[in-house]
Amino acid sequence: MHPAASVIIFTTLSGLGFGLLAWLGIDATPPTGWGAFGYFFIGFSFAVGGLMASTFHLGHPERAWRAFSQWKTSWLSREGICAVAALIVMGLYAAALVFFARHYVILGWIGTVLSLGTVFTTSMIYGQLKTIPRWNTPMTSVLYMTFAITGGALLSGKVAIACVLFFVAGLVQILWWKQGDSAFAERGTDLGTATGLGDRGTVRSMAHPHTSPNYLMREFVHVIGRKHAQKLRVISLILMAVLPVLLLMLPFHHIFAIAAVASHIAGVAVSRWLFFAEAEHVVGLYYGMR
Amino acid sequence: MTELPQSTERKLGLVIDLDTCVGCHACVISCKGWNTENYGAPLSDQRPYGEEPMGTFLNRVHSYEVQAPGQAAQTVHFPKSCLHCETAPCVTVCPTGASYKRAEDGIVLVNESSCIGCGLCAWACPYGARELDQAEGVMKKCTLCVDRIYNENLPEVDRVPSCVRTCPAGARHFGDFADPDSNVSKLTAERGGMDLMPELGTAPVNKYLPPRPKDSWDNEESILAPFLAPIAEEPKGFLGWLDKALEKI
Amino acid sequence: MTLKQPQIDLSPKVSDEVRQTTCYMCACRCGINVHMKEGKVAYIEGNRDHPVNKGVLCAKGSAGIMQVNAPSRLRSPLKRVGPRGSGEFEEISWDEALDMAVGLLKPIRENNPEKLAFFTGRDQSQSFTGFWAQNFGTPNFAAHGGFCSVNMAAGGIYTMGGAFWEFGQPDWDHTKLFMMFGVAEDHDSNPIKMGIGKIKARGAKVIGVNPVRSGYNAVADEWVGITPGTDGLFILSLVHELMKAGKIDLHYLAQYTNAPVLIDSETGLFVRDTDGKPVVIDRVTGKPAAFDQKGVRPDLGATHEGNRTVMQLMAEKYLDPQYAPEAVADACGISANKIRKIAAELARVAFEEEFELDQEWTDFRGETHSKMIGRPVSMHSMRGISAHSNGFQTCRALHILQIVLGTVEVPGGFRFKPPYPKPIEAHPKPHGKVSCNSPLDGPHLGFVHGPDDLMLKDDGSPIRIDKAFTWENPMSSHGLMHMVISNAHAGDPYKIDTLFMYMANMSWNSSMNTRGVIDMLTDQDEDGNYVIPNIIYSDAYSSEMVAYADLILPDTTYLERHDCISLLDRPICEADAAADAIRWPVIEPDRDVRGFQTTLVHLANRLGMPGFVNEDGSAKYEDYADYIVNHERKPGIGPLSGFRGENGDKTGRGEINPEQLNRYIENGGFHVEHIPTEASYYKPWNAAYQNWAVDMGLFDSPQPYLFQLYSEPMRKFQRAAEGHGDRQPPEHLRERLKSVMDPLPIWYQPFEETHVDLEEFDVHALTQRPMAMYHSWGTQNAWLRQLHGHNPLYLPTKLWEKHGFAEGDWARVTSAHGEITVPVAHQAALNENTVWTWNAIGKRKGAWALNEGAPETTKGFLLNHLIHELLPPKGDGLRWANSDPITGQAAWFDLRVKLEKADAPDVSQPTFPEIKSPVGQGPDQLQWKVGK
Ligand SMILES: Nc1nc2c(c(=O)[nH]1)N[C@H]1C(S)=C(S)[C@@H](COP(=O)(O)OP(=O)(O)OC[C@H]3O[C@@H](n4cnc5c(=O)[nH]c(N)nc54)[C@H](O)[C@@H]3O)O[C@H]1N2
Ligand SMILES: Nc1nc2c(c(=O)[nH]1)N[C@H]1C(S)=C(S)[C@@H](COP(=O)(O)OP(=O)(O)OC[C@H]3O[C@@H](n4cnc5c(=O)[nH]c(N)nc54)[C@H](O)[C@@H]3O)O[C@H]1N2
Ligand code: SF4
Ligand code: SF4
Ligand code: SF4
Ligand code: SF4
Ligand code: SF4
Ligand SMILES: [Mo]
Repeated sequence: MHPAASVIIFTTLSGLGFGLLAWLGIDATPPTGWGAFGYFFIGFSFAVGGLMASTFHLGHPERAWRAFSQWKTSWLSREGICAVAALIVMGLYAAALVFFARHYVILGWIGTVLSLGTVFTTSMIYGQLKTIPRWNTPMTSVLYMTFAITGGALLSGKVAIACVLFFVAGLVQILWWKQGDSAFAERGTDLGTATGLGDRGTVRSMAHPHTSPNYLMREFVHVIGRKHAQKLRVISLILMAVLPVLLLMLPFHHIFAIAAVASHIAGVAVSRWLFFAEAEHVVGLYYGMR
Repeated sequence: MTELPQSTERKLGLVIDLDTCVGCHACVISCKGWNTENYGAPLSDQRPYGEEPMGTFLNRVHSYEVQAPGQAAQTVHFPKSCLHCETAPCVTVCPTGASYKRAEDGIVLVNESSCIGCGLCAWACPYGARELDQAEGVMKKCTLCVDRIYNENLPEVDRVPSCVRTCPAGARHFGDFADPDSNVSKLTAERGGMDLMPELGTAPVNKYLPPRPKDSWDNEESILAPFLAPIAEEPKGFLGWLDKALEKI
Repeated sequence: MTLKQPQIDLSPKVSDEVRQTTCYMCACRCGINVHMKEGKVAYIEGNRDHPVNKGVLCAKGSAGIMQVNAPSRLRSPLKRVGPRGSGEFEEISWDEALDMAVGLLKPIRENNPEKLAFFTGRDQSQSFTGFWAQNFGTPNFAAHGGFCSVNMAAGGIYTMGGAFWEFGQPDWDHTKLFMMFGVAEDHDSNPIKMGIGKIKARGAKVIGVNPVRSGYNAVADEWVGITPGTDGLFILSLVHELMKAGKIDLHYLAQYTNAPVLIDSETGLFVRDTDGKPVVIDRVTGKPAAFDQKGVRPDLGATHEGNRTVMQLMAEKYLDPQYAPEAVADACGISANKIRKIAAELARVAFEEEFELDQEWTDFRGETHSKMIGRPVSMHSMRGISAHSNGFQTCRALHILQIVLGTVEVPGGFRFKPPYPKPIEAHPKPHGKVSCNSPLDGPHLGFVHGPDDLMLKDDGSPIRIDKAFTWENPMSSHGLMHMVISNAHAGDPYKIDTLFMYMANMSWNSSMNTRGVIDMLTDQDEDGNYVIPNIIYSDAYSSEMVAYADLILPDTTYLERHDCISLLDRPICEADAAADAIRWPVIEPDRDVRGFQTTLVHLANRLGMPGFVNEDGSAKYEDYADYIVNHERKPGIGPLSGFRGENGDKTGRGEINPEQLNRYIENGGFHVEHIPTEASYYKPWNAAYQNWAVDMGLFDSPQPYLFQLYSEPMRKFQRAAEGHGDRQPPEHLRERLKSVMDPLPIWYQPFEETHVDLEEFDVHALTQRPMAMYHSWGTQNAWLRQLHGHNPLYLPTKLWEKHGFAEGDWARVTSAHGEITVPVAHQAALNENTVWTWNAIGKRKGAWALNEGAPETTKGFLLNHLIHELLPPKGDGLRWANSDPITGQAAWFDLRVKLEKADAPDVSQPTFPEIKSPVGQGPDQLQWKVGK
């Protein structure tokens, strides 16, 4: 899949934002006043910023409101609804804390559920796609949720929990990669089934329909070298989980904390880049590519 | 409308005969012509006279080679457009309801005025049958020429998809798969019409007729030998035979 | 919040109006319905009533809309202002342009008409352009047939009075075995596809003989991946097997061919009676008789006074073990077993699946037959066998194969389309007698019957600039357009003053040795004058050739002009019908351009050419439309055969009808006249057909004839080479003529193979036409160029692996003549010693209004740089032409190359300087919608 900046930014930031909001929602002793404002500001700007980024790749962003209509079947629609609901509920919850120093526990819990629901629905947009075997697994949701919760813990300053979660996230990530690497083959889809000619011999693409790349090839076929991908995986893990832990273990300093957050975000972004770049859509088969 | 209809009254679609398709691309361009001028936005072309031209097409013809060990390779020209799947994943993923499957005939369409161009339906389609038009920002796909097949401004014979009407080799057939007596149902039954990527559970309506067995003379022992039993090895014997044979006519 | 299924308009208005005319995205000439909205072309589809395409349309046809709005269209007459080849022009008015042209042409016509060479490329109005040239008085006229497929045309006409190509077609409705040799697309594009579709629907069998398996050969049930240039050998081996097994149609051979004709043992010419008629021995009387005597039963095996029949000579020749499958298998790259199976299958289908049509008919000897006997084997072939230096004989061999099976002009076999069948005797001979200020003594092109008909001056030098009809290529019935530029440049046989060309991209894809041709076009003498002094050219688009002309006469596109697809020329007939068609301006040009034929009329009027002006000097025709309606070749016979006579109710022969064009337009742009059922087969011998043809004006009297298995004209040339007669070939050609002019088909090794080191140049290199592109025209078409924007060189598995190629690699390809560096791709279904690419995809920078970086100019390439019009020197002091020694047909497919892996260059090599576009460049995006 083409690793478009908009979707990478979207999934990275909104995951983190909703992760932070989720932690804030269940905080038994949430901050209030300006302190609360700071946390919620970060949470909202990541969540909303991510959502905004996701509209950049729309052909008709002005019609985005229509995307709320198909919650019965569409995970993208559900995500939109969940995200808006989460932002509204969390907004009320935050307003109460910031302006009135009032803590509505129930509201917070609902907000948390909706925030995590948003992350889940996002993950399902990808996880549901049978056309992309690497994504098409419940593990994709686990991955997204773990990342969101981990990042949220880090942002909300729950250092100890975060350190444990870094470990979990790293593990989930490795498992997901491992599973993903064999997913395409396990699906059993190849040029033989794609053309129905597989039982006659080896099928090979001899010529593309058009001599220059088309929308499908640009969108769905992205070839990255295995070595390159392995390197990036290691970098992603280090940035996402290892480096933050090390930084947090140092004597506390704001600089280190910010560096830990930045490193984590960068690691997640690299992971997301790989999430797309390594994903092979079955349509690539028709072009003799994957 | 992204819920799929429980069932459709008719199941309209295409049969594509891989034994007959010569790969001429007539269907590709005819489709481009009709759909540029008709349903929805024109199919645009980026850099039409420049580097890496890239236009929207609803039907494209691939070329494959199939080779079994020890045999001559075969070339198969392979046209591909939307298969109007019964359980179309492209429909259910659509957040706006722009994508839908028509209850009356099963045609999968995009309502361009509600499409936000998110591209998700193209991600969900295994066959590469949807293309986001780069100029208009909406999803384009084969409409099964819904604006031809019922069009009362066209003579009745012409109420078939543009690609079917134009195919010089007659490799494309249009009809109702819900009717077991239709031409498409019969062809599918007789010639072993197949689904593409059946393992993905999309239940495509369009069927592909596999190429007939080929190159039987490369290996098999000759059952034709009797037809070449020699009557003479050299000119003299030939003349003798000629004389006798001419007597008979 | 679920939406309801939207209501859509299922019956939108398709168009305001439909205008029916004829496609010209290629020479197939299908009928089209042009849907108009707001006066503009909105959509093009096939015309269901049209005899050629019956509603279907190919990719090019459907893309016509992109051709009429192409940014490459020329906009007004152009006068060159920069050096030739620069592309620097100034737009001028038509008056200026015509004055310029007349300024050049008038003195030529008055003083030495042969100083004008007028050659028209992919011309569809040859009967008109030829008429123009004849009236101008120059002997130097031809169209592009010489480099295209003259072997196919001449081979067929000399053998059986018609050829494949567009002269005939298989009996698609009855055939059960269809065999195709060397066809990628052909002129009959849609009909062949429709026919294959019909055969496939019936489950009948298709055999494809072709080194490359794509297109038609991809759907062939049996693929014969033959080694290029060896078809003759393969075919004669089939003939060998069939004769050996007695699987030949003796009745057919005896009645309808010259197999029973006696050959004079001394001269090798026909034994003739006192009326000059070839003689056979009647089996009933045992006596000699004229071949066409009523009731004669010709004896195939007779010997009379030491003279034997053609059949006997054939037995002697083809039963020889040199034609046994084992003997030819290696050379052809086909196993002996497979050759035998093919022969057996031909025999089985021809004779075991014989069938009858209940149709009475009467032959030319007056005998009535109650049935028509069907032999459901049919064949088709094109440039794969004709574009070789042994192509003429190979084409003849193929016809021999069909004829011994008895499958020509019988149900289920191969059938002619009017005006064929037509023996050479019914064609003109070539003419070349020049007198100043007056017409040539007759039509330029034709069919020679022997040395006497050659176009030689008294001193033995060629009359024509292209050296057609000389000892170098005696039977060059289509002329040799590919030699004109090099001969004119060399001043051999003489210098010319003005080269006038139409519709041929001679500085690019239609020339061999493209670079050399460019140099000849720009070469200057010591005084700085161009060696070819003046070049006038007519094109409709900004092609590579435009840059090399001094004056451009811009043509319209095909939807903006009148054209006539005439029975006098290359009509659109079917085996069951005579048909012709027109084009008419369904839209008006939005530029200052004129139909080229109209321009020729205007020039003829200004030059006062007979045939175009009345006694008083006034113009006979205002424009081409006027000519189409009012010109008469003979009384009652004009360019169009339909709707003649005052009321438009006469066909074929009839008085001029001023309303004729309107009647054609009302009728969909064409006219069809069906052949009566009793005349539908056995046409060369069928009295009903012959009479019908006379009524139609195709002949003036019935012209029945025998198929010429043994070619007497060839024997006459061979005899001359043996030293007989007063017209003698030059010494250096004597031996060659003796061997290649064999009156019975033979195979010999393609010439290039005898001139280059085969160990070094170990690979055959070919081109194929893409079905969706027409030569260079497709590239300006926004839709089509997306299908073929560049062209890899396809390599078979053996060579792919031998050189260790991988996807994305490039190769250096070298021939004895040149070198190119190009991208490669792998194709397994390919003869293991052959590489190929699509024809004419590579383009020169600046041409065709393409923008910078267009893949046609960066990755596309021409194979033409590797092919030379002359063979490499052999050390005998001579340069032999790279063409068929009989017809002069350019031997494109004899090419031998070697391959090496190469570092990928920035762009494919060689490169040429950019041409300045006379029309600017195309837009960056298209959203073409006419209606709203
Ligand atoms: N390597 C290789 N080379 C080949 C061949 C091959 O097989 N291999 N094939 C050869 C053969 S058979 C042929 S016929 C030639 C064909 O070669 P050409 O005859 O040169 O082919 P075209 O590209 O059709 O070019 C004809 C010119 O006609 C112009 N034209 C198009 N439409 C119109 C019109 O309406 N009016 C006018 N006035 N001009 C128009 C085009 O712009 C173009 O410049 O190529 C030959 N060259
Ligand atoms: N779409 C389209 N149609 C066209 C044209 C076009 O440019 N585009 N051009 C028109 C013109 S001008 C012409 S002349 C015709 C030509 O029509 P074709 O003859 O069909 O054209 P080519 O592409 O030259 O095809 C030559 C075929 O012969 C094969 N071949 C080469 N050498 C040999 C051999 O030694 N033996 C055998 N058996 N096969 C061999 C090649 O692989 C190729 O398939 O097409 C006409 N129709
Ligand atoms: S038009 Fe027909 S023959 Fe041509 S590519 Fe399409 S399906 Fe195949
Ligand atoms: S082919 Fe693709 S676009 Fe068409 S219905 Fe099936 S999934 Fe949807
Ligand atoms: S691109 Fe349009 S049709 Fe496709 S899913 Fe998005 S909104 Fe629906
Ligand atoms: S049915 Fe219509 S829209 Fe679909 S591929 Fe054919 S021409 Fe195109
Ligand atoms: S074959 Fe195609 S391009 Fe040629 S005349 Fe017919 S429709 Fe036009
Ligand atoms: Mo040609």
